Amino acid sequence: MNKVIDAVQSDAGVQQALETALQQEFKEEWKDIAPLLSVRELNKFYAPGKGCGDINFDLYPGEVLGIVGESGSGKSTLLSCLSARLTPDSGNVIYNSERFGEMDLYACEESMRRVLMRSEWGIVHQHARDGLRMNVSAGANIGERLMAVGERHYGDIRAKAEEWLTAVEIDTGRIDDRPSQFSGGMQQRLQIARNLVTHPKLIFMDEPTGGLDVSVQAKLLDLLRNLVSRLGLSVIIVTHDLAVARLLAHRLMVMRRGQVVETGLTDQVLDDPQHPYTQLLVSSILQN
Amino acid sequence: MTANQLMIDVSGVEKAFTLHNQGGASFGVLDNASLQVQAGECVVLHGQSGAGKSTFLKALYANYSVDGGEIRLRDGEQMVEITSALPRRIIALRRQTLGYVSQFLRVIPRVPTLEVVMQPLLDLGVDAAICEAKAKDLLQRLNVPERLWSLAPGTFSGGEQQRVNIARGFIVDYPILLLDEPTASLDATNRRVVVELIREAKARGAAVVGIFHDEDVREAVADRLVDIKAI
Ligand SMILES: Nc1ncnc2c1ncn2[C@@H]1O[C@H](COP(=O)(O)OP(=O)(O)OP(=O)(O)O)[C@@H](O)[C@H]1O
Ligand SMILES: Nc1ncnc2c1ncn2[C@@H]1O[C@H](COP(=O)(O)OP(=O)(O)O)[C@@H](O)[C@H]1O
Ligand SMILES: [Mg+2]
Ligand SMILES: [Mg+2]
Repeated sequence: MNKVIDAVQSDAGVQQALETALQQEFKEEWKDIAPLLSVRELNKFYAPGKGCGDINFDLYPGEVLGIVGESGSGKSTLLSCLSARLTPDSGNVIYNSERFGEMDLYACEESMRRVLMRSEWGIVHQHARDGLRMNVSAGANIGERLMAVGERHYGDIRAKAEEWLTAVEIDTGRIDDRPSQFSGGMQQRLQIARNLVTHPKLIFMDEPTGGLDVSVQAKLLDLLRNLVSRLGLSVIIVTHDLAVARLLAHRLMVMRRGQVVETGLTDQVLDDPQHPYTQLLVSSILQN
Repeated sequence: MTANQLMIDVSGVEKAFTLHNQGGASFGVLDNASLQVQAGECVVLHGQSGAGKSTFLKALYANYSVDGGEIRLRDGEQMVEITSALPRRIIALRRQTLGYVSQFLRVIPRVPTLEVVMQPLLDLGVDAAICEAKAKDLLQRLNVPERLWSLAPGTFSGGEQQRVNIARGFIVDYPILLLDEPTASLDATNRRVVVELIREAKARGAAVVGIFHDEDVREAVADRLVDIKAI
């Protein structure tokens, strides 16, 4: 589509090219595309009411799904189950892999899950120290992921590390510094760069703006929003902050005590909530 | 788009609100609402405050769900029934087909005015230079001072924010446009600009549904006036 538009000079031509491009996109988008991730009857409980259960949904390519709900509602538990880090008690998570085709995450071999985690997936943790190696340089943090997918050429690795530092608005002059010397916001951005360098299809994020102060949050959100739409990423993001959810997510799942109580288009769920719990959540009482 | 093409087809829409946390009070707002709008036509909704005009418009945008009935919107060759469509279908529809200007701008922190306005066109993959030129043209026509273009609109006056909002709503030539009191906080000069924009949209075949308080704007753009209680 970009190419079509780029080639155009005149105003009348623009209109025509836009229409052609839109028709093409229209056709492409509505042929039946397969979900990237399908979740069926997923259950994981530590104790009654603690964990998550009866989870069913499909995530399509390019979609950003927000999981919201109060603390302890099971959001992180669900995210861990979805991202192959926590074996559920029952149910299936089917992922449509570029490399392996359709695969059942908990019926396949451990080695396949590990390949996904370092190539087709990205995981952005709430605490940067869980997603970064704090005692090696920023450049090495990014390079490590590239080497894990077979990149060997030092010059290429360094060039890509610089490119991604720039993309997340970190001065390339800091490439040899350790993340422990970075501010919280920079650490989060480095974590994102480290994940994106292998061009993942699907990113999991748990409260990515959690521990940051408000102005740093805004900058990170803006960056995430741009990257997600520019790269056409599919994202599952856990947050208890409804403003974050509104800004980033296309659709929402509202969780309470381990169950999904409401789901739908983000602005519909937030502006016209149907479930008593969602109404309480969006009413000023529980909003932060 | 050809003239007399059905763009919006609403039939039998029901909408009630239930306030679960206020004693479960429930009240109906829309009762069997139906409306058809053709390409190039502008329908203006009227009715008392609280009658359900904005609710109806929000249902057309799929911002509010409905309890019954059907809402079909034209997307190219297809009519899409939005009350049962998947979220990703609605999002695609909003991207290229369905424009909505609300009374208030929902600002994104940190993003400068010019980018706020360009964004919907950029999202369609249009070249940035073209988007920028069109955004500047709209801001200029709406008399938003150039010194504000590089600033985030969070601190702007109500009328300035509203004009940024209008520019953003008109940057894509949406085939369907929904306008909820876009002229409410504007002076006569800027109201006239909005009237021109609406007329241009109609001339290129857009179907427009709007709510306008000002008699002069209504007179200037409406093909039909419908009472929300009567549809
Ligand atoms: N999200 C909501 N939750 C609960 N009630 C709502 C919601 N949105 C609207 N209402 C109620 O629905 C009724 C219709 O409201 P609506 O905003 O559609 O009125 P309107 O005709 O646009 O009025 P005005 O001319 O004052 O803008 C009102 O009683 C309003 O309080
Ligand atoms: N490893 C664990 N062992 C036992 N209980 C856990 C474990 N992890 C989480 N829980 C409990 O499960 C519930 C859901 O936790 P979690 O998924 O972290 O919620 P959220 O992310 O929504 O705040 C909580 O009651 C929590 O204490
Ligand atoms: Mg958590
Ligand atoms: Mg209203």
